Amino acid sequence: MRNLNRRNFLKTAAIGISAGALGTSSIKASDKSLSEDRIGILVDTDVCVGCRHCEWACRTAHEFPACDLEEYSDISVFEKYRRPDNTSLTVINQFENEKNPLLPIYVKVQCMHCEKPACVSACIVGALTKLEDGSVVWDDSKCIGCRYCMVACQFQIPTYDYDKAIDPHIWKCDLCRDRRIRDKLPACVEICPNEALVFGKRSEVLSIARKRIKRKPDVYVEHIYGENEIGGTSWMYIAGKSFDKLKMPPLGKETAPGISEAIQHGIFSYFVPPVALFALLGTLMWVNKHKRGESDTEIESTDPDKEESEF
Amino acid sequence: MKPEAVKRRFFTPGIIVLIIVALNGLVFLAVRFFSGLGAVTNLDNNTPWGLWIGVDVAAGVALAAGGFTSAALVYIFHREDFHDIARPALLTALLGYTFVAFAVFVDIGRFYYIWHPLVMWNGNSALFEVGICVMIYMTVLYIEFIPVITERFIGRVKLRGIFAAINKPLDSVLRFLDKGLSKVMFVFIISGVVLSTLHQSSLGTLMVIAGGKMHPLWQTPILPLLFLLSAIAVGLPMIIFESLLASRSFRIKPEMKILSNLGSMAAPAIGIYLAFKIGDMFVRETFKYISISDTASRFFIAELILMIIPLIMFLRKKTLSSSSSLFAASTFVIAAVLLNRINCFIEAYTPFYDPTVYNPSFGEISVTIGCMALLVVIYKAIVIIFPVISQGRTQQENLP
Repeated sequence: MRNLNRRNFLKTAAIGISAGALGTSSIKASDKSLSEDRIGILVDTDVCVGCRHCEWACRTAHEFPACDLEEYSDISVFEKYRRPDNTSLTVINQFENEKNPLLPIYVKVQCMHCEKPACVSACIVGALTKLEDGSVVWDDSKCIGCRYCMVACQFQIPTYDYDKAIDPHIWKCDLCRDRRIRDKLPACVEICPNEALVFGKRSEVLSIARKRIKRKPDVYVEHIYGENEIGGTSWMYIAGKSFDKLKMPPLGKETAPGISEAIQHGIFSYFVPPVALFALLGTLMWVNKHKRGESDTEIESTDPDKEESEF
Repeated sequence: MKPEAVKRRFFTPGIIVLIIVALNGLVFLAVRFFSGLGAVTNLDNNTPWGLWIGVDVAAGVALAAGGFTSAALVYIFHREDFHDIARPALLTALLGYTFVAFAVFVDIGRFYYIWHPLVMWNGNSALFEVGICVMIYMTVLYIEFIPVITERFIGRVKLRGIFAAINKPLDSVLRFLDKGLSKVMFVFIISGVVLSTLHQSSLGTLMVIAGGKMHPLWQTPILPLLFLLSAIAVGLPMIIFESLLASRSFRIKPEMKILSNLGSMAAPAIGIYLAFKIGDMFVRETFKYISISDTASRFFIAELILMIIPLIMFLRKKTLSSSSSLFAASTFVIAAVLLNRINCFIEAYTPFYDPTVYNPSFGEISVTIGCMALLVVIYKAIVIIFPVISQGRTQQENLP
């Protein structure tokens, strides 16, 4: 019996391993064909002066309460490192500039709109979608509020209405979907007085970024953050300081959902492994029953007359 | 040996205490449903999942593994000598999964959309797979429990008053269910085991997507395999644990022969799990994180020690023959798996931007403990009403 038992465990383990191995060979990422002209936005932190007009424009565009634009010149907010939340989908943070202490570095934070978004892969009901134009948007009518997207996102971007019992939302930058339908630029891009935000096709924006770094090698570090990070993002950054000192998470080139989806599809490749396991267990059940010489075909007999036949 | 309804009083001081604990949880539940998750929990944008997902859902599913391990043992490997544990294990699995489903209902923000995954599918999502499998498995568990209900009520349906008219039809429905189910029950039993294998492992896949946000000691591509192996390892000890608890509280003589046999089978299961867990640590060279003395490394070591102690215990003949040692060893395994799930979902989750450390709030703990207390109360009610526990086994009835 001990052998039988051990065999069971070994088999289960073998199935698990083969499922895993199978998966790595057949990575099926969730890419519906992305448009060649998909959006890219470059944040040139060397140009940004930290006026926070983008924060105001974002709030206004998304109908969040926002105070007067003049009040956004208050620089005391920079004392604390801030993150986007359910009241503002983008924030600017200030960092020290060693090269020129009088001109601090300002870094805008918002959803990066990944090329292979973890949130889209993770969402249990498919409420998050990567659109053809490159933006990642959230569907109010589907979301169940499980917050798995927040667990999955490497940039910790999706935020949640913890204070709401009914109809809590997941909040994140949607690249001003409503405005773009009306052929307008995202609110932050439109308002930026210094053109620190370069909006265009991702491929063109990338070449602009490369040119800027090439033109001023003493100003910029040789790194376009978002070009390759977790498979690339729509928002990209260039800066005069290493990005880990600007509180940008250090990430590799592998896409976040890559391994997870490989495992998922390995276990479920066309339902072969589950069906095979079912067949295997069925066979085992049949073999074991007959080996023990029992002709009884009932498994769980509860009819009082048959009660004795079980033994 | 035939399972019978337990003949004991329902209201005991213990049960009353449990009901009070459950009511305390209910108060916080009410706040959660009226004022949102933020009012009761310590969750925030940095830590979206806490105690309710880590313990109620993840550990709940793992500790309900007694259901599928016993089903595999009794029905697939056809070990009739373990037949007596099948029903209690089924009942705990059933209650366990009901508790898990309830915890999900409480934790998700839009609880009224809990049915969405049934019609809105995302095959890439590990959570979708877990959700669907748990839903189907719960249905299977309830179907597997129907024979217990038919056994209790066939020929004994005696409704009074205006309902007396439906006594006969109700009885024939029960008889029909009993007859029909006994022919197809094997399909449900095998499905139950397959579904369990799937979602126990997918529960591990859940955290893989968190990538670098999860501490390297726990973040591994074989997380699904580790989750499955640990669920199998905790299955039999969980049955031993419950069985001994039940016999103590209902004053029934524990069936030591069955329990010590189960104990002897627990050791290889624990061994295989530990081999993979420790092997993975060496393959990924994460042992260097253990030498750093921080909370993470301490929690990891604690998890390993809690698993190694019962492995040694279960391998000794002395443990297998004593009910208190069996109970202690089983408790260690349960603690190890519980700690592992807490580690994977809470302790290991260290996001990049995280100024504060998450600790569950009093409200979160109250709800979790309250639900557990309620489970015990319901368990007792069911074993008093339905024939679940086999009792009073005499020497002659022992199988060879």
